[in-house]
Amino acid sequence: MVTASPHRPDGRPAPARQATLGESLRRNGVSRRGFLKFCAATASMMALPPSMAPAIAAALESARRPSVIWLSFQECTGCTESLTRSFSPTVENLILDTISLDYHHTLQAAAGDAAEHAREAAMHANAGEYLVVVDGSLPGPGANPGYSTIAGISNYDMLMETVADAAAVIAVGSCAAFGGLPKASPNPSGAVAVQDLVKDKPVINVSGCPPLPMVITGVLAQYLTFGKLPELDQYNRPLAFFGQSIHDRCYRRPFYDKGLFAETFDDEGAKKGWCLYRLGCKGPMTYNACATMKWNGGTSWPVEAGAPCLGCSEPDFWDAGGFYDALSVPPGNSGDMLLAAGAAGVAVGAGVGLLARSQAKGAAKQHQTVTAEELEQKL
Amino acid sequence: MTAVEFLMLTKGPLFQAALAVFALGVLVRLVEILALGRAHNYAAPRGSAALGGLRTMYKRFEPDPGTFKAAPFDVVVGMVWHIGFIVALLLFIPHVELIKSTFGIAWPALPNPVVDAITAITILGLLAALVHRLAHPVKRFLSTPEDYLIWGVTFLVMITGYLAYHRLINPYPLALGIHILAAEIFLVVLPFTKLTHMFTAFVARYYNGATFGRKGVQS
Amino acid sequence: MTEAVLTPGADLPESSGTTQAAGGFSLARGLNALREEMDAPVASFFSSCVHCGLCATACPFFVETGDPKYTPIHKLEPMRILWEQEFTFWGKLKGVLREKLPLDKLGLDKHFAGKQVTDEMLAEWEPLLYDSCTMCGRCSMVCPVGNDIQYMIRKAREGQVASGHSPEGLVAASVRAVNTGSPMGLKWKTLDVQIRHVEQSTGLEVPIDKQGADYLVLLSSMEIINFPEYLEALTKIFAHAGVSWTLSQQCFEATNAGIQIGSKDIAAVLVQRVVDAAEALDVKNVISPECGHAYTAIRWEGPNAIKRAYPFKVFHIIEVLDQLRADGRIKTEGREDDRLSLHDPCNLARKSGVIQQQRNLMDLVAENFVDLKEHGKMQWCCGAGGGVSSNERAEALKLAAFKKKKAQIEEVEPDRMVTMCATCRTQLEEGLEEFTMDIPVIGLTELIADHLVESDEGTHA
Repeated sequence: MVTASPHRPDGRPAPARQATLGESLRRNGVSRRGFLKFCAATASMMALPPSMAPAIAAALESARRPSVIWLSFQECTGCTESLTRSFSPTVENLILDTISLDYHHTLQAAAGDAAEHAREAAMHANAGEYLVVVDGSLPGPGANPGYSTIAGISNYDMLMETVADAAAVIAVGSCAAFGGLPKASPNPSGAVAVQDLVKDKPVINVSGCPPLPMVITGVLAQYLTFGKLPELDQYNRPLAFFGQSIHDRCYRRPFYDKGLFAETFDDEGAKKGWCLYRLGCKGPMTYNACATMKWNGGTSWPVEAGAPCLGCSEPDFWDAGGFYDALSVPPGNSGDMLLAAGAAGVAVGAGVGLLARSQAKGAAKQHQTVTAEELEQKL
Repeated sequence: MTAVEFLMLTKGPLFQAALAVFALGVLVRLVEILALGRAHNYAAPRGSAALGGLRTMYKRFEPDPGTFKAAPFDVVVGMVWHIGFIVALLLFIPHVELIKSTFGIAWPALPNPVVDAITAITILGLLAALVHRLAHPVKRFLSTPEDYLIWGVTFLVMITGYLAYHRLINPYPLALGIHILAAEIFLVVLPFTKLTHMFTAFVARYYNGATFGRKGVQS
Repeated sequence: MTEAVLTPGADLPESSGTTQAAGGFSLARGLNALREEMDAPVASFFSSCVHCGLCATACPFFVETGDPKYTPIHKLEPMRILWEQEFTFWGKLKGVLREKLPLDKLGLDKHFAGKQVTDEMLAEWEPLLYDSCTMCGRCSMVCPVGNDIQYMIRKAREGQVASGHSPEGLVAASVRAVNTGSPMGLKWKTLDVQIRHVEQSTGLEVPIDKQGADYLVLLSSMEIINFPEYLEALTKIFAHAGVSWTLSQQCFEATNAGIQIGSKDIAAVLVQRVVDAAEALDVKNVISPECGHAYTAIRWEGPNAIKRAYPFKVFHIIEVLDQLRADGRIKTEGREDDRLSLHDPCNLARKSGVIQQQRNLMDLVAENFVDLKEHGKMQWCCGAGGGVSSNERAEALKLAAFKKKKAQIEEVEPDRMVTMCATCRTQLEEGLEEFTMDIPVIGLTELIADHLVESDEGTHA
């Protein structure tokens, strides 16, 4: 469990007094072998050659515990659950243990004013160097701030105040990254994503509903290792984890390529583990690492369990068509619209056509009979 | 605009709008043709006009041997890419799902690799058709900007579909969005151009077959 | 033959130049005539054309000249422009935009201006619609979208006539047909001379104005002039088969220059004469002679020109002969043993469905009959129909188009050609002579008459 870090009156971090990550891990019983394995996995996740693993290990060993302030806004705590619900102590949660999680209102012991003081203290002590992790979206500046407040402070004010001196912001989960469920149409609370508000700091989005725990820790590990932010995609997601689609890495992909599809959840195709495209799988448009890293300690993942990918790591996935409608199916009712447009077409066509017909008939009325006498005059 | 926003725009409002223009436009064209009507025919028939018309609606899918001999390239390439276009349109699984959701009817689809191969052939066929249009004296003489426009919108649909399927444009929502947008351009352009032949050709064939059928000739 | 026959139209006034009478032909009148012709088939055809150019491969004028302007659908461009502008929603919309929007300022006027049908355009299209088209309808058979191009050519000619852009040869033929009863200016007295001749040589009666006869026989001027043997053959066969028939002094001419020039008004005047004659004699059937367009004119266009159904049936002579054969009323002996082939007149075969009948008759009298490779509904035109043969200006094109027929004939190398249309027959004879091919052309009716069993002749006569 994390507790508020001690107050540092000088306002500057005191690295010499803190254990390095390597020391912390060893103190927690993680073997050298286990640690190197983790480093190798991190290297592969970040698409680095295996030869980089020792470098990562060296960097991590000597890394200082950075101060992290975790802000939870309009969220369901699913992201925190994802991060903490491990069956046994893993390298991931040890990594978490080794950061200085100075404020996390779900996890911290302190409450009320004490908690807020802890936040302010951490900000003050680590100004310019602490990381802010956000889960949950927040009512935008134009919205009623009363939809979500903490200790009487609006989410907006708290975010802006907290990020002012931060080194970077990590938006964890699709709500923080893209607005997520709160922002789903009709977005009653005027929810916005962190990146909509924070413009002057690096924002790293770790999307997913929830995101893979290893991705959260992986981003932290990379930051600790290289002291810089990872390469990002167009949604500011770390390319190392979001560079490939579910579809491209899906073990059911061969069935898609062969054209073998489950059409209902209990048909022969479903039992044989065929592709779930027709059951609404959004894998082709979803970029995440589920297919390779899996969930629950590598046990399984949604598609392996027979459920189509919902596309939860993509912006606005909640409004991107029915979960069980194929990717090619448009949202909304095209049928009624077609009928209406068709009826209008028939009406306009009939009008125009009958007008044209009367034009031809009118021409016939104006017809001047061609006579031989007339023709003769031409000769 | 992000790729997903673009995809949702093309899948959502743009698709609805394109579909509306298409449905309205095509029906205007068809109804305005039919509303013109035909003069009553007083000549005693030798055969059935209706039967002749219905037969010709189908018969013109089969080129007569003389035409095949005179223009084998036109016949083969024309048939190949038309069939390819229709197969890709109607028998690709994502399209079947789209049709099912829009019209409530569905039919069996072809395996993806088959559609993929047919699409590749269709794209080559369309390119060959364009080269032929530019090179053949009669085609070049007849061709108007509209002919090249409808070639372009047709080709665009096929090539973007191919690129999207093979995920050659990244990210995928962008690839899919571009393909859907191309299809929407096709739908919107259709009623205003000779792409309407997709529908009116059957009306034309019926009238042709009926005129000849009345005289006892299967056209 | 008489002198009058050799100088057709001699009794007509001299050409009065190109001056137009008040209320005469004009662009406006031409456009009005085209508007009258717009109907659902035309709209569906123009909507469907994708400029594939396959119709060109079906047209002897394109095939033998290689000039793209002879592509059949291109011949309809003026009509298409008018249709698009005035008979389509989009065309009308463009028209409104053209008027209401400051397109010239936006630099878009070019895109919306569109082509206009002008008098010059109709003049330019005159040779395309008349000199290089026999309305054979072969293009209508091959168009993949099903456009009946021939149907539209016929309509487009209405606009040409009303705008004053029709060929002089056809104008003259129309005037002669209306004024004299024959497009060649031939009169009954000329035919009468021939009737006497036939009666003398056969010893049979040629019935004239016989009330209540089963069949009213019509002739074509060209036949009377060039192929007098037709009347003789017909007289023999009908006597042999015991057919009740008659000629009419009131109207002997089957051909219809109005159909060829493309004037339903002229066509109606000429068809009305046939109908009047048939009704005056109260005949049950009318027989169109060995002439293609005459059959089309009377059988299919006639009732629509006069806007009522006939109280009699119309047959081509070949249909009648085949019926007599089927009924066992024609007994023949001996068969031609040289290689004979058949030219199907477009108007008879493709455009009227008379295809098997002539083959049945050929089987009766020919030992060595061989069909041309493309025949029947897919036959190739001789190049002279649809008014081309009456249009002196088209002489060179007519000969060019014949080369397709020539190639077809060369493929099967017949000793003689048989046909059943005087225009086709003349074209075949002239064409084959031009290319110094020694292949005589005969009429099918004569061929049948040549093989009638002699002994039967007396019993019916």
